[in-house]
Amino acid sequence: METWVVSNIVVAVLVAGAVWSGVYVRRSEMWAQAARELWRRSPVALLVVSLYVGIALVDSVSWIGGDGVGEDTVALHEARSPIDRLFADFREESYSAPLAAVTFSGETPLLHPGTHLFGTDLLGRDILHQVLKGARIALLIGGVTSLLAIPLALFFGVSAGYFGGRTDDAVFFLMSVLSSIPSLLLLIVLVMVMDKSTLSVCIALAVTSWVGFCRISRGETLKLRELEYVQAARALGIGPVRIMYRHILPNLMHLVVITFVLMFSGLVLSEVILSWLGIGVDGSWGRMIDQARDELSRDPIVWWNLSAAGAALFGLLLAVNFVGDAVRDILDPRTLRENL
Amino acid sequence: MLAYVVRRIAYGVVVVAGVLLLLFVLFFAVTDPNDIARRALGDKVPPDVIEQWKANHGYDKPLWPWQAADNLLFDHFRRMVTFDFGRSDADDAPIVDRIRRGIGPSLVLSVPMFAAGLLLGVVLALFVAFFRETYIDAAGVFVCVLAMSISILLYIIGAQYVVAKLLHWFPISGFDPAPDVVARFLAMPVLVGVLTGFGGDVRFYRTVFVEETSRDYVRTARAKGCGEGRIMLWHVLKNGMIPILTRVVLAIPFLFTGSLLLESFFGIPGLGSITVDAINGNDFSTLRTMVFIFSLLFVVGQIAVDVSYSLVDPRVRLE
Repeated sequence: METWVVSNIVVAVLVAGAVWSGVYVRRSEMWAQAARELWRRSPVALLVVSLYVGIALVDSVSWIGGDGVGEDTVALHEARSPIDRLFADFREESYSAPLAAVTFSGETPLLHPGTHLFGTDLLGRDILHQVLKGARIALLIGGVTSLLAIPLALFFGVSAGYFGGRTDDAVFFLMSVLSSIPSLLLLIVLVMVMDKSTLSVCIALAVTSWVGFCRISRGETLKLRELEYVQAARALGIGPVRIMYRHILPNLMHLVVITFVLMFSGLVLSEVILSWLGIGVDGSWGRMIDQARDELSRDPIVWWNLSAAGAALFGLLLAVNFVGDAVRDILDPRTLRENL
Repeated sequence: MLAYVVRRIAYGVVVVAGVLLLLFVLFFAVTDPNDIARRALGDKVPPDVIEQWKANHGYDKPLWPWQAADNLLFDHFRRMVTFDFGRSDADDAPIVDRIRRGIGPSLVLSVPMFAAGLLLGVVLALFVAFFRETYIDAAGVFVCVLAMSISILLYIIGAQYVVAKLLHWFPISGFDPAPDVVARFLAMPVLVGVLTGFGGDVRFYRTVFVEETSRDYVRTARAKGCGEGRIMLWHVLKNGMIPILTRVVLAIPFLFTGSLLLESFFGIPGLGSITVDAINGNDFSTLRTMVFIFSLLFVVGQIAVDVSYSLVDPRVRLE
């Protein structure tokens, strides 16, 4: 299947999932209360995150053909998102400063004077367009990695904590080995030995980041399995898989939410470093920053592509960090107890 | 006590063996030696040259013990454990010499960075914790989150551009170990290193200190008429140092490894730079040696932490 079809299906699944979780949160008193509290605490950060998510979703929907292609015949056969269509036929010959009317080098007027909000790059591509497209990549990296790492961590952590003994020893050994290797180096090595696609970057990030949450979920399971209701379930003859799924997993969900949000910014930051080493994801803000690095030494200086990508990255991470702090304060029972 | 230390060291040895096995899988089993040879020599090389190169670098044996008694797996273990790292895949230079030369510059950069970061972090955290639940506290936490949201790459580029290129305060990059000029080269990387670390550190230290201020001994101190300042500097700081030291001691092995980005950007020829060069040059033998050394240092550091803990707190040994 074509990638753009897959991407459209993924968007549909994500939207359906979001609606379903929204309904679920409304029904469950605990989650509804937490959501209200989150909105009360950090409305601005939540809105900013939603803006980024919205841009990423809009950019993920794409189709072939339609208008707005202009003279670009190649684009006729490419699947383009609404954002691509917005910026179709919007190129310059080369650099343009933000909102400039004339070209960077000479006095000739631009093709689209005064319209490039963040300027254009060496090839004349609009920076705003690239920055908007970067949102999708950033969320893809954070989202896909978490989707891989969290289930992995839960599987190993819960089974190690619940079964103990040999299983626990094996999982603990695996965690010790992985955490002994500096994570950035392990990440680099993994990306180097795999092919350099977005998915392999996500897999590598997942391998290096699941250990922390595995340790947390193992510890929490160790505590939970000694509780009376779990022992009662065991006494009733309920099998271990069902106990783990019905009685232990739901009590780890708040930790999953906290981990997901707190992990996110670290993942996006790691991708920036990978980009600098030339093994990042195409079109990411990290790649833009890396490419714009040398342009600072041009004369006159080209500062806008670096600043735009840096600001977009900073905005997302700042908002996510604030949401993460609020989520942790709300859902972590330890802090809850201290605040009471 | 002795039994605990022996058990802990034995487990460390097993973990290092696990790391070695993982490295073997990644660097030999997943990456084809022919591929490594071609990356080092280029694509248009006759097969006999590739075979010769593989023989010179010890890549020509079978992978696993069940294929031959003289195999790459045993070779890999034997060479890593005896620190016989061989030659670089990229330029045939002995890796051991390179590491020996790199440790010095790495330490010269990382030790001041570590000390400055720790001192600044603890002082700022104490200050913020003293004003807990006021606007000063909120502003402090806000600044920390701001600092944490900026990529290290942006810090480096910003520092090089503003401080070095526009203001000409320090050289953009470079290194000279002579004692009278070394500080000029180190100022910026140390500054950037402290800036990137302080957000997370101050927040962590602040949480520790704020948690300590709600303890009973603080209330007792207050009841006997102790001033808030003295409580902070005498009681809270002392007790808060236990979790802080754990974090700090675990960071010590990484002093030797330096920082990949800082060293590479500021042209400091330490272990971090060596690693980055190995990555950029597809130099797999140097890269796996560096990963092994970093992991070894980490495991040794962790054993040291655990053993010193068990000396201080006998309960640890029972686990």
